[in-house]
Amino acid sequence: MALAVGCRARPGKARDNKTGSWRVFKPIFDHEKCSKCGMCKTLCPEGCVHEDAEGLFNPDYSYCKGCGICAVECPKEAITMKLEEK
Amino acid sequence: MAEKTCELFDCGHRACGGCGAALAARLVTKAAGKDSIFVSSTGCMEVFSTPYPETAWKVPWIHSLFENAAAVASGIEAALKKQGRKEKIVIMAGDGATFDIGMICISGAFERGHDFTYICYDNEAYMNTGIQRSGATPYDASTTTSPAGKCSFGNKRPKKDMPAILAAHGAPYVATTSIAYPADLLQKVEKAIATPGPSYVQVHAPCCTGWGFEGEQTIAIAKLAIETGLWVNYEMIDGKITKVKKVVRKPVEEYLKTQKRFRHLFKPIRQDAEIAAIQAIADKNAEKYGIDIKLNKKE
Repeated sequence: MALAVGCRARPGKARDNKTGSWRVFKPIFDHEKCSKCGMCKTLCPEGCVHEDAEGLFNPDYSYCKGCGICAVECPKEAITMKLEEK
Repeated sequence: MAEKTCELFDCGHRACGGCGAALAARLVTKAAGKDSIFVSSTGCMEVFSTPYPETAWKVPWIHSLFENAAAVASGIEAALKKQGRKEKIVIMAGDGATFDIGMICISGAFERGHDFTYICYDNEAYMNTGIQRSGATPYDASTTTSPAGKCSFGNKRPKKDMPAILAAHGAPYVATTSIAYPADLLQKVEKAIATPGPSYVQVHAPCCTGWGFEGEQTIAIAKLAIETGLWVNYEMIDGKITKVKKVVRKPVEEYLKTQKRFRHLFKPIRQDAEIAAIQAIADKNAEKYGIDIKLNKKE
């Protein structure tokens, strides 16, 4: 592999690395219970929880490592961790 | 201005699931905004965010050596000043690079008064190389270079008071914050960046691998550190403490028993004297910073 000058890399090139494959437990978001506080989005270390047009939150499973912070911190307990079948 | 909708620290980095430092980086880049240049010393964050040819950063980012992040930032600041440019310089370094290895360059840069913001994400040991103790490791924590066993209860020395050292350099803004309080973190980083001259923010960022707990507990443990008084969130302007996060304190035991690095204090037998010594550290913090909320007891 040839190194670029100064070992430079394109901004955000880490997106090529789909960390979702690391996951063992998958967060399932229950939109019925959601109060739209956005805690899951704020506290996600991956930054992979996104808000949709209705103000509801969904994780991007291509990157979600399944750490479970969102499920523990959700004040409405609207997120549950389920063992993923692969 | 914080660009709270924009992600400048992107998905795909290789941090452990539940990494406190990755969350710190996300929040700090949000507060800094896109017109900023980041300097990172060697450390876990450098390794997990930029394994060549990948990078999670969407702002200009430069990797220095372990010891010279502050010197590299000083150079960038001087060059931008000469060109009349207004970009903000933010250093993102771990506690090893800040408390131990980078001390000379940091001291020099703060003394020269360069206009940058130094963020230390404090996970209380050298996590990248395999959990060796640093100047930030708390009393009695077991690490690979301060292992607990028959002859030792782990790290013998208390945590170095880095914010006080930098405040003594005449830094106009010094603050401590935690990933458990994201709004506080964003506000303090924004304030540090807006303050002319060298400012310092120390972010408490639990490390699930190094401290030994489940990744989902990262925020809960960061919160417990504050609630027990072992970590204090405060703000220092021109060397004077102006704002302190007050709490109704819990016993330190609640924090200690959640982590494997303190497991030797409870198993095989409970070490009451050591737990009391850690409680004394929390009590001293509480007295020094005045964090206790006095509850009116009903008669």
